[in-house]
Amino acid sequence: MNDTAAEIEAAGEAAGPGWQRTHPLAIVASGLRGLQQSILPIVAVMFGSRSMDNAAWIVPLFAGGIIAINLAVAWLTWRRVRYCVGANDIRVEKGLISRSARAVPYERIQDVSLEQKPIPRLLGLVEVRFETGAGGKDELQLAYVSKDEGERLRDVVRDLRDGVADGVAAGVADGGQDIATGAAGEAGPSGQSERSKQLFAMGPRRLLLLGLFEFSLIAIAVLGGAAQQLDFLLPFNLWDVGEWQHLVSGPGAWLMRLGWAAQIVGMAIAIAVLGVVGLGTGVLRTFLRDWDFRLDQTPKGFRRRRGLLTKTDVVMPAHRVQAITVGTGLLRRVWGWHSLSFVSLAQDAKSANHVVAPLAQLEEIAPIAEAAHFTLPAADADWHRPSRKYRLDKALMGAIPAALAGSAALVFIPSVLPGLALFGLAGFIIAQQHFLWLHERHALDARQIISRRGWLVPRLQIANRVKLHSVEIAQGPISRRRGYADLKFGLAGGSFAFHGLSIAEAQAMRAAVLDSIASVDFSRLPR
Amino acid sequence: MPEDKLTQLDPAYVTVMRIQAVLTAIPFVIGALVGEIGGMLMSGAFLVPVVLVAVFLILMVPLRRFNARGYDMADDRLRVVRGLLFRSDTVVPFSRVQHIDVEQGPLERAFGIARLVLHTAGTHNASVTLPGLAYDDAAAMREAIRAHVKRETM
Repeated sequence: MNDTAAEIEAAGEAAGPGWQRTHPLAIVASGLRGLQQSILPIVAVMFGSRSMDNAAWIVPLFAGGIIAINLAVAWLTWRRVRYCVGANDIRVEKGLISRSARAVPYERIQDVSLEQKPIPRLLGLVEVRFETGAGGKDELQLAYVSKDEGERLRDVVRDLRDGVADGVAAGVADGGQDIATGAAGEAGPSGQSERSKQLFAMGPRRLLLLGLFEFSLIAIAVLGGAAQQLDFLLPFNLWDVGEWQHLVSGPGAWLMRLGWAAQIVGMAIAIAVLGVVGLGTGVLRTFLRDWDFRLDQTPKGFRRRRGLLTKTDVVMPAHRVQAITVGTGLLRRVWGWHSLSFVSLAQDAKSANHVVAPLAQLEEIAPIAEAAHFTLPAADADWHRPSRKYRLDKALMGAIPAALAGSAALVFIPSVLPGLALFGLAGFIIAQQHFLWLHERHALDARQIISRRGWLVPRLQIANRVKLHSVEIAQGPISRRRGYADLKFGLAGGSFAFHGLSIAEAQAMRAAVLDSIASVDFSRLPR
Repeated sequence: MPEDKLTQLDPAYVTVMRIQAVLTAIPFVIGALVGEIGGMLMSGAFLVPVVLVAVFLILMVPLRRFNARGYDMADDRLRVVRGLLFRSDTVVPFSRVQHIDVEQGPLERAFGIARLVLHTAGTHNASVTLPGLAYDDAAAMREAIRAHVKRETM
């Protein structure tokens, strides 16, 4: 660390106390990452050089050149990145040609996540991401620092944000690194693990089960795409029907002679292969993503660790959880499996919610929800259903056009099938709305608003009344005539709405929710 | 809905909306005139409907829209009602307001009206706009709400 500080000064940059560089090995890590992207050009050159006479020396030269350029760029980039843990904010300056200097106040940091992709993991480096709710690329991130430094940063940021260590904050401002490191020592991993409690974990068997549920045919799509991209590598033209006929004409004719029984067997084999590929892809993806899944409750919040090759380590303060979602799947609900995710302003890898229990029974989910100060609705919850008129209108609006189109098809198209199919669709829409009438519910309890929506894959959403930001009653032309309305809640990081409530109920619910919102000032929300 | 409690917007807002409608309609009327001169259809087939629609949009719609809008400022919350076909009735508690804008376009400035924009942290209704307030009213409301937003954020 001292060396880098000295280097910054040597480089003549304005190095105040506390400015630091990322880990020197980051050069190697980002250089290698850049190399991954230049593999294709290298391969292209190797292919190209085949046609040239005695050009074998070009390949190592070219590859070496690319590696050198990558490392040089990585080194230059690394030289221009620095960060500073200040009294009120964390600052990161980066950029080779156009500099960007970003400062994020501790108060605005939602959570700090550490991510280890395979190469940085080998080198013992982590990428630190400070989530502010800005979303995606706008987040402040620091690639790469050593694992210890990452954990230290996380602890320091968290302590400073929580205002636990005002003295430390002042110390950092004038004293530099030493005091902050000291604070990290106190609240470091050793002290934390004693007080943390495991809420949820998944062993290999549960993981395998989850993988089987995550059946995915994405591998087929990828293979198809790859076949299209790389068809020049194949010994025949993939897209020429004539060549296929030629290829199949030998064994194919033999197959034709075997008759329909063999064709059915062939079909069954094809379906079985699809099934195996789909299950395999699901299991593989799940193992890569959720290997060693652990959710702990620490004094700083919820800590989730997962990943086989790319390890991630996310900490979310409990009070930042705005709402929870209990989801399920078509098949997995038969055995009572559910998933639990937290809605917060911060973003997870791809979705806006943090999955905290990918596959769990409701008995396992309840304590996690409890830890985030949410209660799953009891059996005797005060459930309401949307207005009967709303369901009727939805059914008619779907079914009438389908039925009209069906009649038209019966009149104008000689075949009966399209018309019947459209009538079938109309009947299906009505049946679906009837099912939803029986099953969609919403409820309001003393602290929370609860909604259960969906027909094949029902979703339970629970939000804290106090953490809502606005309430809107919305009506379209039809709902105005028919006297029902949607009640939409302003939730940070997600959407939450009750649909098709009678006007009186919508107004009563809005009044109740508004009273609980207005009674607590935003700044006094539990932080 | 207790419509009677709503406060009306400033009448100058109707004029502003009418002028905006005129500005929107002008290109279409010119286009219709060109079509008329070109004489591709029989005379009036183009111009008459366009002018009728334009007159409706300029005279009737702003007035109706004005009547459909309103607000109610209570001690701790602001209710904003708007919409002709799609009605929306939003309530924002002052305790959830992140920051407040008072905005004026050139036209609005000429007529002394302003828009009050309340920003919340919610994803839905991240900003709630109340247009057509007299500028002094908007400024006074901003001060009143700001007094409620005890702690400055952002």
